[in-house]
Amino acid sequence: MSTQTIARQFREQRENDWQRLEAILRVAERKSVRALSDEDLLALPVLYRGALSSLSLARETSLDLELVTYLEGLCARAYFFVYGVRTTAGAKFLAFFRADWPDAIRSLWRETIVSALLMILGAVAAYLLVANDPTWFDAFVPGELGSGRDFQASAEELRRTLYDAPEGGTGLSFFATFLFTHNAQVSLMCFALGFAFGVPTAMLLVHNGTMLGAFFALFQDRGLAFELGGWLSIHGTTELFAIVLAGAAGFRIGWAVVFPGEETRLTAATRAGRTAAIAMIGVVIMLMCAGLLEGYGRQLITGDWTRYAIGWTLLLLWLAYFYIPRRRADG
Amino acid sequence: MVEAHVLGPHAARDRRSLVTPEGVDLSLGLATGGQRVGAFVVDLLIMVLALIALTLIVAFSAVGFSASGGGEWALEFVGVVWLLGFFLIRNFYFILFEAGTRAATWGKRAFGLRVVARSGERLTSESVVARNLMREVELYLPLSYLIYAMVETDSGDALLAWGGVLWVLVFTLFPFFNKDRLRVGDLLAGTWVVNIPKKNLSYDLVTHAPIETSQFSKEQLDAYGVYELQTLEQVLRDAQPDTLRLVAGTIREKIGYWGPGDDYEFLSAYYREARAVMERGLLFGKRRADKHDR
Repeated sequence: MSTQTIARQFREQRENDWQRLEAILRVAERKSVRALSDEDLLALPVLYRGALSSLSLARETSLDLELVTYLEGLCARAYFFVYGVRTTAGAKFLAFFRADWPDAIRSLWRETIVSALLMILGAVAAYLLVANDPTWFDAFVPGELGSGRDFQASAEELRRTLYDAPEGGTGLSFFATFLFTHNAQVSLMCFALGFAFGVPTAMLLVHNGTMLGAFFALFQDRGLAFELGGWLSIHGTTELFAIVLAGAAGFRIGWAVVFPGEETRLTAATRAGRTAAIAMIGVVIMLMCAGLLEGYGRQLITGDWTRYAIGWTLLLLWLAYFYIPRRRADG
Repeated sequence: MVEAHVLGPHAARDRRSLVTPEGVDLSLGLATGGQRVGAFVVDLLIMVLALIALTLIVAFSAVGFSASGGGEWALEFVGVVWLLGFFLIRNFYFILFEAGTRAATWGKRAFGLRVVARSGERLTSESVVARNLMREVELYLPLSYLIYAMVETDSGDALLAWGGVLWVLVFTLFPFFNKDRLRVGDLLAGTWVVNIPKKNLSYDLVTHAPIETSQFSKEQLDAYGVYELQTLEQVLRDAQPDTLRLVAGTIREKIGYWGPGDDYEFLSAYYREARAVMERGLLFGKRRADKHDR
């Protein structure tokens, strides 16, 4: 029997199986695996293994490039369905809140401390500078952000900015959404910039702190420090904590790239990226909460003590959720 | 291991091994720079179109609400929808599609690409999030610096912004300076992008009727190796008259064959016989990579 007869038989005997596998894959790719009939679903792994063996054989015996390329593509496509994602979205969701998120945040504790210290450093420095010389205020707070809250404003005007809702109560959901998307974007940037060895992240954190410190110095000057504390607490504990965590996630990747330790740079970066990504999903969720608190809570609740109580209770809850050790379901 | 000289849509240096649990190496081909850029442009267009559509819908409903005397809450709702829609499209378009079973956005699908974990394990959603959050520094930051640099009238600030553009371009151009074409995001996520061409099974060029009498001598059939044979296969499948003439001329010259038949007939006869000889060689464990391989 000539080799060409063998080649012909090889192809004739298997071609129908390949075509069937291809048809099943087409449905699975276009719709979803669930669109397949039971019969097709059962046939998929069998046909996949058949195609793999055809590929091995073809690589060894055939020089028909089209055939080998076709089988390589077919096997690769089938592989990703046969060994694809197993967990359902619901299970993933549960695992995220139960374990992945707090685990990631806990493992970032060193970076979190550094990140928090940088922000506090910025705040203290700016506070001292502005308290001694009010002209520093403009250097820390850009005009559009201050929106009238500067050293020209009277104590009465400043007090109003703490208690009056913008446009008398309407527009709150827009305001909340705006705050959320804006803050989330800033913290995502803060995280991503960590890749540049963490330097821009550190600068962003210090900068954020200076604005805080400058405002405090201004309101302190007018005897409104306690009231500003309440105004900031209600949403700020969640928001600032989220920004600190975003900074921490950024530092983690920056650190892994510069000091990979005993792993290769690539492995270290990948491990850091995984942890940091989970932390960042969490940060976005936290900022969503902060946006709601800032947009609604801060405008509707005007009692100073209530504001303090809500803000610090939330902070305690976050801390408990992240850092209190718990028993693992999986042993 | 797959032989380094298998010629396909991917050259050997672009192949990355992925051994299935059954022990077969799928040897996936990395996506080329062109495919990556192409897929990205398609995705960008889709995102921009989605944004325009969102804005138009929002604008029309806003006009509709105010015309019908709808209250402020209606306008506000419209504003919220726009803000959230913008945020979701900007940050989650890539993540949602790549976390799906196809592990590819529409742009990637159009070019037959998909995201794969470098370790060969399953692609996790964390990886997808990590690789796409880094677009912040790879795409959006350079873009905002660029816009700032162009609109800024103060020359000092503009210069600073151009400096910023140069700085972040390091991240943007990262994939062009490593052999795996990893983006910064790919590096952190432990992924790479591969091309899995979706093609139909083509006909075999050889008709498989037994060869009765050979037109060619043994030396003539031994002139080339697998690489040349598979290049010839592509030439025959494309069947471009100019290429056929050129290739036929070269081969005739090389093997010193001046027999009858037009270019296509000559080439397919030669292909058929040379392949028969080489495939017989394969069965005896002889694989000649190319004409230099003796």
